Amino acid sequence: MDSGDVNAPHSMGTTIIGVTYDGGVVLGADSRTSTGMYVANRASDKITQLTDNVYVCRSGSAADSQIVSDYVRYFLHQHTIQLGQPSTVKVAANLVRLLSYNNKNMLQTGLIVGGWDKYEGGKIYGIPLGGTVLELPFTIGGSGSSYLYGFFDQAWKEGMTREEAEQLVVKAVSLAIARDGASGGVVRTVTINKDGVTRKFYPGDTLPLWHEEMEPQNSLLDTLSAASPEPMVS
Amino acid sequence: MNVADSAPAMNNLLASNADSQRTLYPYVTGTSVVGIKYKDGILLAADMGGSYGSTLRYKTVERLKSVGKHSIIGASGEISDFQEIMRYLDELILYDNMWDDGNSLGPKEVHNYLTRVMYNRRNKFNPLWNSLVLGGVKNGQKHLGTVNMIGVHYEDNHVATGFGNHLARPILRDEWHENLTFEEGVKLLEKCMRVLLYRDRSAVNKLQIARITEDGVAVFPPYSLKTFWNFNAFQNPTVGAEGSW
Repeated sequence: MDSGDVNAPHSMGTTIIGVTYDGGVVLGADSRTSTGMYVANRASDKITQLTDNVYVCRSGSAADSQIVSDYVRYFLHQHTIQLGQPSTVKVAANLVRLLSYNNKNMLQTGLIVGGWDKYEGGKIYGIPLGGTVLELPFTIGGSGSSYLYGFFDQAWKEGMTREEAEQLVVKAVSLAIARDGASGGVVRTVTINKDGVTRKFYPGDTLPLWHEEMEPQNSLLDTLSAASPEPMVS
Repeated sequence: MNVADSAPAMNNLLASNADSQRTLYPYVTGTSVVGIKYKDGILLAADMGGSYGSTLRYKTVERLKSVGKHSIIGASGEISDFQEIMRYLDELILYDNMWDDGNSLGPKEVHNYLTRVMYNRRNKFNPLWNSLVLGGVKNGQKHLGTVNMIGVHYEDNHVATGFGNHLARPILRDEWHENLTFEEGVKLLEKCMRVLLYRDRSAVNKLQIARITEDGVAVFPPYSLKTFWNFNAFQNPTVGAEGSW
């Protein structure tokens, strides 16, 4: 029987989402990092800052995604100093691409770069395994995203407001967490627009309940006294 | 002039020298490209799908691009490698323009360049995982060719990649002729693309057609094809043989 290999590489099973709305972008992610079957970190932060105005959602190997975002942050910092103004989202995405593409044999990380700059406004770039870059109105990634293709096909629409976009992202990550064993914990969102960056945190009890999920309670004892005292017997 | 390696210093920071010595596998892939010669030039067709294994993950990937003034390229296979090839080609055309000598690279030259790149990568066991179609017109001469990840290259009146080889080329062998009009050419390509849509699991119903003539390049906007399912034979195919398909 597999006893949970503590030496297995840390992988962020993950659900990550990036969505554009009228005026900016919303990035969302779950918070589970697993080592084999064990949850190494139940409150990870997978939405990582690259610059003041550009963030990246990380999925796949925790180590690979961390090192890639560290390098890109380093390069972007120098680029910003040289440029004399905030970097564009496109430049950040291309730097991620260079690392992902040129090291495709060794890396196992899918990334979503999102941000706001004064030239193009809010932009989302999907950079899956292999290093393809695609500028998209929205994109999903990580193992949990498998459960969201149908959801987004139906629920996505162009020109959402900030609130609509945030609600959509939270609902989607929450749905993925319900079905993907490798995703879990809390839902984190980061919203970026011309006014800056806002981080939000949605603990499990604030999320809606889905099929076959029950309202959490403190103890059996709470319900025993209230409702019928006889347990189910077959 | 080393066209393909303009930032060697950055390359060492951004890519390790080890581990580039092996054949990889594709992640995000495009399926068939079909190309034909017609009266005024070349027509290329490809759908806009980027598959991730069996998942039809991206449905608006442009796989037909213009190259300079005289050529168009269509790519199937790994999209990240196609994006890199486009960077090589854009640099090639840029240097060509910088000569400012009134000459410009025609489709034959671009095809040859691509062939050399693909074959040399293959020899180093580090291929660009693509099958490419390259078409163009220069000085009245039409050119249509293909080159793939192992460096196999040839020219013909009609070419295709991937599934297109098996499904489209037989149709083209039967129905292609010299001096097709634009309308006939488009209808012929659409016939091929419809069969591919029916029979290729990685096809998506959103395609683009690109045209190149002596006057220039046009990549037409994306559109979807009608499909036909209302045949009597499709209504109750297992009557009399329950469990069959």
